[in-house]
Amino acid sequence: MERIPILKMGEYLLVTIQVDMHDRLAMSLQDDLTSRIVSARAKGVLIDISALEMVDSFIGRMFGDIAAMSRVLDAETVVVGMRPAVAITLVELGLSLPGVRTALNIERGMELLRGLISARGRDDAGSA
Amino acid sequence: MATDSIASLNEVLQKDEATLLQSWVDNQVNASAFRPDRTSRQDLMDQSRRFLALMRDAVRGGEQDIMSPAWTGVRQMLDDLSVSRAQQGFSPSETATFIFSLKEPLFDRLQRVIGQTEAVARLWPINLLLDRLGLYTTEVFQRGREKVIIRQQQELMELSTPVVTLWDGVLALPLIGTLDSARTQVVMENLLQRIVESGAAIAIIDITGVPTVDTVTAQHLLKTVAAARLMGADCIISGIRPQIAQTIVHLGVELGTVVTKATLADAFAIALKRVGLVVQKASTAPRRRDDEGADARAAAERGEG
Repeated sequence: MERIPILKMGEYLLVTIQVDMHDRLAMSLQDDLTSRIVSARAKGVLIDISALEMVDSFIGRMFGDIAAMSRVLDAETVVVGMRPAVAITLVELGLSLPGVRTALNIERGMELLRGLISARGRDDAGSA
Repeated sequence: MATDSIASLNEVLQKDEATLLQSWVDNQVNASAFRPDRTSRQDLMDQSRRFLALMRDAVRGGEQDIMSPAWTGVRQMLDDLSVSRAQQGFSPSETATFIFSLKEPLFDRLQRVIGQTEAVARLWPINLLLDRLGLYTTEVFQRGREKVIIRQQQELMELSTPVVTLWDGVLALPLIGTLDSARTQVVMENLLQRIVESGAAIAIIDITGVPTVDTVTAQHLLKTVAAARLMGADCIISGIRPQIAQTIVHLGVELGTVVTKATLADAFAIALKRVGLVVQKASTAPRRRDDEGADARAAAERGEG
């Protein structure tokens, strides 16, 4: 069965979706990613969907779910590279994904992730 | 009976075409619907001659239904005539007069061919036939007009949704006119496409030119903002007039976390700040301390860290 690779880069996990998502693939990505976040003790997850051309409500919800799950596991998620057509579809489906952080490309996404994590580091240090 | 009528019509068209054409064109020129500014006697003559020739061909087979293949030539001729008249700005009745003015001279001649006794019965089918042709021109005319309207709507839509680059990484979308769903779609697509092309991080949607904001318009604006955010660009809505601010609150429209500013200038200032740029006077080279204090206070008021 095909799987979506999850790459570890330091304290970040990088997921690049290069194929069209179907429901089973989405479910296995959720499983794989959550267990990888725990095993790699990742602080940030970057999901690149620039190659994704089609979404349905299930896949759209999955992004929201993944973001929420990683937040529970103490990792920030940034979705990058969404295509205009995909963005319009999601909005028309009523999924504006309020809990998901987004960026235009990987570079910006990485920047945002770093900022988020360092800000959180400061907060933790402050409260301790 | 109907076949008899067609036969008589055929006979008149074969024999009497020249004089029929003459009096028909006279009729058209003398009609109140004649537009000397848009058409000439010569044009009418040509059109009428072509029509009679085509009609003669159509009638020869005895076919009465104007939608049948035998009448294709006539229909095409009327299509062209009606559409071109629609574009030239004729009215529907002026267009239909082309056919209806044929009645008088044609019936004159038919009456001579047909005996007095059965005149009414024989003329009736031909009358119907001409009515149908006349209505057909009106129909096609209408369609031609609608095409013009649709084209204009599209042009208007494309014209009125430009996306401009204010600065490297800052886009502006000045909206003018009512925001309906079709326009929202175009606006959204344009904006998102430009975000991808330019890699802009911030887009300012200026609604100074939007006359009214109701719940539907607000919904459309929020959709656009949400779509841009999904792609990783922040949106600021600017140009909210006092009246519109009041309407938004009275209608209970929830703008959520969307940043709103009263003027485009305010929005641009905050956009520049977010991309990490400062604007300062050319003469005062280093930043003064009290400026920084003012900026920090302004930022605190906006609820930013």
